[in-house]
Parts: sequence; structure tokens; C-alpha cells
Amino acid sequence: MEDKIQIAHGSGGKLSSQLIDSEIVSRFGEGPLKGLPDAAMLEGFKNNIIFSTDSYVVHPIEFPGGNIGNLAVHGTVNDVSVAGGKPKWLSLGVILEEGLSVKTFQKILDTIKLSAKECGVKIVTGDTKVVAKGQCDGIYINTAGIGEAIEGFNLDKNLIKENDCIIVSGNIGDHGMAVLSAREGINIENGPLSDTGSVHRLVQNIQPYAKNIKFMRDPTRGGIASVLNEIVSNTEIGAILDSQKIPVAPGTNSISEILGIDILSVACEGRMLLICSESVSKDILNEWHKFPEGKNAAVIGKINSDKGRVTLSTVTGGTRLVDVPMGELLPRIC
Amino acid sequence: MKYIDDYRNPETAKFIVKDIKKSAKILQDKDINVNIMEVCGSHTMAIARFGIRDLLPENINLISGPGCPVCVTDSGYIDTAVKLAESGVIIATFGDMINVPGSEKTLAKCRAEGCRIEICYSPSTAIDLAKKNPDKEVVFLAIGFETTMAPVICMIDSAVEESIKNISILTAFKLVPPALEALTSDPELRIDAFLCPAHVSAIIGEKAYEPFVQKYKIPCVIASFEPVDILFGLNCILKQIINKTPRVENRYKRVVTHDGNKTAVELINKYLEPYDAAWRGIGVIPESGLKLKEKYSTINTEFKLNVIVEKGKPNNACKCGDVLKGKIKPDECPLFGKACSPINPIGPCMVSSEGSCAAYFKYSRH
Repeated sequence: MEDKIQIAHGSGGKLSSQLIDSEIVSRFGEGPLKGLPDAAMLEGFKNNIIFSTDSYVVHPIEFPGGNIGNLAVHGTVNDVSVAGGKPKWLSLGVILEEGLSVKTFQKILDTIKLSAKECGVKIVTGDTKVVAKGQCDGIYINTAGIGEAIEGFNLDKNLIKENDCIIVSGNIGDHGMAVLSAREGINIENGPLSDTGSVHRLVQNIQPYAKNIKFMRDPTRGGIASVLNEIVSNTEIGAILDSQKIPVAPGTNSISEILGIDILSVACEGRMLLICSESVSKDILNEWHKFPEGKNAAVIGKINSDKGRVTLSTVTGGTRLVDVPMGELLPRIC
Repeated sequence: MKYIDDYRNPETAKFIVKDIKKSAKILQDKDINVNIMEVCGSHTMAIARFGIRDLLPENINLISGPGCPVCVTDSGYIDTAVKLAESGVIIATFGDMINVPGSEKTLAKCRAEGCRIEICYSPSTAIDLAKKNPDKEVVFLAIGFETTMAPVICMIDSAVEESIKNISILTAFKLVPPALEALTSDPELRIDAFLCPAHVSAIIGEKAYEPFVQKYKIPCVIASFEPVDILFGLNCILKQIINKTPRVENRYKRVVTHDGNKTAVELINKYLEPYDAAWRGIGVIPESGLKLKEKYSTINTEFKLNVIVEKGKPNNACKCGDVLKGKIKPDECPLFGKACSPINPIGPCMVSSEGSCAAYFKYSRH
């Protein structure tokens, strides 16, 4: 381990997983945290309880398509949802920096209220702390979410096998590119808008196909590249994606091309990636296409036997490796 | 025309690949193997990213050249930047530079230790930094080829015009045409053609390659970085070889003109002059770099802040030099993927997103 925390330790790439493995999993990695699911399954209730937490430190706190308030609700609601849960209650912890405008705080709280209502969750406990100027960046939020397990889901990545379908629920990379554009003052017409949003309806409506669904995840930091590599690493399976099937909004694509950033590694905040038996892939797409948040859903690839590797078939007819991002996404020089 | 989609059209790509195979067959029947060097790092990355190398017939060999500015920058340069950062100067830099290992540390590590390292998407950000921090000195890490030189010099021109006093540039600018000549003259290499860079050519124009082609009779085809452009460029090279008509062929006419960008060239000539520059892994190439003219020493970090860029201490096991010259493929280096990976890069080719080793590691490793 490095002796100082670097930005790359929080970027969802290899350095992040090194930090998590060596410092968190080593201490807390048994019980519900084992295997690092998005949310923990707590046994002993009539229906099992699903419990998750996440912290939000985005800069800037407002960006095209949303603000830190949307993220704090959607992020945790999505973590509970993709673990096969119906989110019900949220906690809300905020850390405010001295000097933050109350108006901004009110705007964020209003967003939280509205987002929670839309997701059907109630904020039932919370905490507020203020730190001196310079000790945080405007506002940091932590939310924890509790949901009830939806019957029928038996998510287990060990069940994934060759020929299973990989589905995304919508355009990828919008959130990451929107935040990066806002952070760096890149203003282009029809530029990327964050996809911050909830996937709870998408999950709840595919319950009839639950027994054929093996994996669900919201591809946040590190994007779909990280999620897929995590699934296939140290296994007998691999994944192949079709570059022409992956939905990407034109503005997002343009910005990522200009900056030289691989869109497959860019964060989404309102999408999910699902792996299921081929037999139910069409049914799931049909369900998802009924909702605005699922209208661009598509089968983007398949599980194959290319041990431990994620590959992409490109427009030229060639194939290339899809690697895990190493750390911070850095724009190229020219 | 949709810029990205149309130049990534699978049908067009398929059609050109078919024609490339036809051309390659003609050459194969004459027992001719072709070594094509793509000089530019963006070409290297695009070739790997779109899986182009695997599509080519066996007798067509792509060699990655020294066209990644980060890769050819000496580690001594990073050491100087680190020293400056630690002395309290604000370092403004393109993103790729922050993970390049110097002799002891990277700029990313300096940043974690509290130094101010600011990533810029455009050199003009450095001016904003200087204005916002009037009591601090801002140093812009001015590396790159003709492409990046132009915006950096525009930034410097504005700083001079606006009399901004707290900004300077630490230069390590390199020129493409002298490198082509040095690589062609290297007796250990056999290069049959060059796929010439897109954006560099936008600045220097087709004409910059003409003296070289006249002297060495080697095809030089300018192509953009989109997959269809690259495939088309490669096919044009093969046709020149088949027809024995080596010339400068511009296949990026939507951006590159015969004379290049005159305004940019004039500005570059106003501030900079050639010198014999050291390239990491290649050595000194006569008149292959540009440095600030003496009369602009107030914006030259070396003069202004009295620092000297000393030669860095390279790791002897690292074969980046041979990779940069195209003598070996990245995965033939003993460190590749073992001691040296993007998470712990030893050589510069593994650091930059456009480095040959990083491209191999990211897109093609097995």
C-alpha cells in the first residue's frame, strides 16, 4: 500500500480494490459483507432485509442533470434494488462545510425529498454535522437504505455460465461525463446530462423472471468495464461485448472521445447491468422498454469461455480487451 | 456527416479490410513483407482499441513509433517538475504526465503529499490559475509535438500580451520530421512506410514530409485516428508499395492542408528555435526539439526559476527505448505485465494512455 491516500484510491479501479481488499475486507469481510455485495442480506425476518450504505462526495455538487441530493437517494436505492430488494427506508447523514449557502442546502434537501418520493422510500433517521471551512467540499452526504428482499431472486455470480446474456438498462457513461464536463467547465451544446435515477421499478417488474437472473449491479465508478471484469476474474468464464449494441448518447460519446476516456469505464448513476439466461432476455427487455428509464435497454454481450477476460468486438471486425480502469480517469495530452 | 459514426462504419471497414487483404496477397506473392511504422501515439492507441492489428495479414507488420510525447520525455524532466512542485510552485499539466515516474516519485505522489498539481485540459487553464493565484508561480509542463506546441504557444502569447508575470513554461517540445529521418537512418531498423500523424500534420502540413520522402523514397500517408481512416491509410501505403510510387499522400484532407496552419507555425517560429533534443530511449537527434528563444527567458522556467533539467536515471531492465524505436513489441520486454504495468509503470511507454506498452496492456494482452 501507498503511504498516502491518492485520488486514484477512490476511482473504482485497481487501486480502489487494493485499498478495499487490504483495509476493509481484511477487517470486516466475513458475514453479510462477504463477497462485497452492493447491499447486505440480513436473515431472520419473515422476508429477508436488505441493507446498504454509501457516501457521496461529488464535485461539483450540482451538475447537468442533477445534484448531490439526487445521487444520495438514487445511489443507495439502486444498491438495495440490485441486491434484489424493494427499498423502503433511508437514513440521511450530512456533513456541511462552514460557509455553504443555506439556499444551496435547501435546494439539495428539496431534491432529496422529491427523489425519495419518486423512489417510494421514506427518510426515517438522520444526522447533521458542520465542519470548519476547508475541512470538506461544501456538503458530503451519507445515506443508508433498508429494503425487503423480493421473493424469487437468487442472485449469485457463481451461477453465471456460457451463453448467458449481458443486458444494460440504458445509455452508459452519462453521469461520469456530465460531472467531468461540469468540473472542468467544458460547455458544449447538447452535452452529457447525468443519468442519475432509480432502477427500483426495473428490478421490481422483472420479478417473474427472477429465477433466471443471476446477477444485477449498478455500474457506478469504473463503469461496466469494472463490473464485468470483477465477475469474470479468477473464473472459468469470460465476456464478449458488441461495441455496436452498447447504447451511448451522442453528446456523451463526443466528450469521451475528445478527452480520450474509454466510455466503458465511465460511471453511470441510474443504470443497471444484468446477467440472465438467454431464455428470459427478451422478456426482460420487453418489460424494461415500458419505462422511460429502461427505454434504451439492450443486450450488449454474452458470457463465453474466454477465461477471465472481457473483450469487445469492434466496428472494424477486430476484437480487443476491455480492461479495468487503473485509477483516476486522465484526459490524454493530444 | 456524423463525424464519429460514419468513420466507424462497420460496412466501410469490412470493405477496406477486404481490399487490404487483396493488396497484401499481391505483395506476399512477390515475397514482400511490409513494416509500417505508425509514428503517433494516438494511432497506436486507436489501432489497439479497434483491434486493427489482428485484422492484418501476416506479411503486414505494424510497428509503434516514438509518437507519444509523454513517453519520449526524459525522467530528469519529471524530477525537475517534482522539485518545483515541492518548492511551492503550482504545476499545471496535461493529465497523462502525473503518473510518469521520475527517478524517485510521480507528480501524483507529490499531489497526495500536498503539492499543487493542477490538471489542465487546455493550456489556457494555466493563465486562469496564474490570475487566481497572483502570489504564486505557475509552471506549465510544456511537452509535446507540433500539435500541443501550438496551443501552448498561444497561451504564452496571451500571457506576454496581458503582462502576466507569474507564469512560465518548462519546455521539452519535440518535432516529428527529424525523428522520421533518425529512425529511417537507423541500421538496426527496416521501415518500409510511415503512417503519419493526423493532428501534427494539421499544424505542419503535407509539405513538411516532402523533403524526407524525396530523400528516402519511403511512402508517407497522413491519416486520421478513426478506424476507417486508419484502414484506408494503410491500404494507400500498400498500394504505393505495390506500384513503387513513394510519395506524401494526404488522406486526412478534411483537416490537413498542404501548407499546414500558417498562424500556428508563425507563432511557433516567433517564440521557439530548434535545438538538438534528447529523446528517452532514442538519444539525441539533431534539431529535433524546440526551445524558447533567449529573448523570452522571462517565461522560460529554467532561466526564471533557475533550475536545470538533468538527465534522469533510467531503469536498465526497461526496454522502452527498443519499444519506441520499434525494435521489439511491448510484450517482448521482460518487465511487461510483470514488474511493469499501468498500476506500477517502470517505463514511460506504460504510463501514458498513448504509450505503446499501455496500449498493448490495455487492449491486447493475453
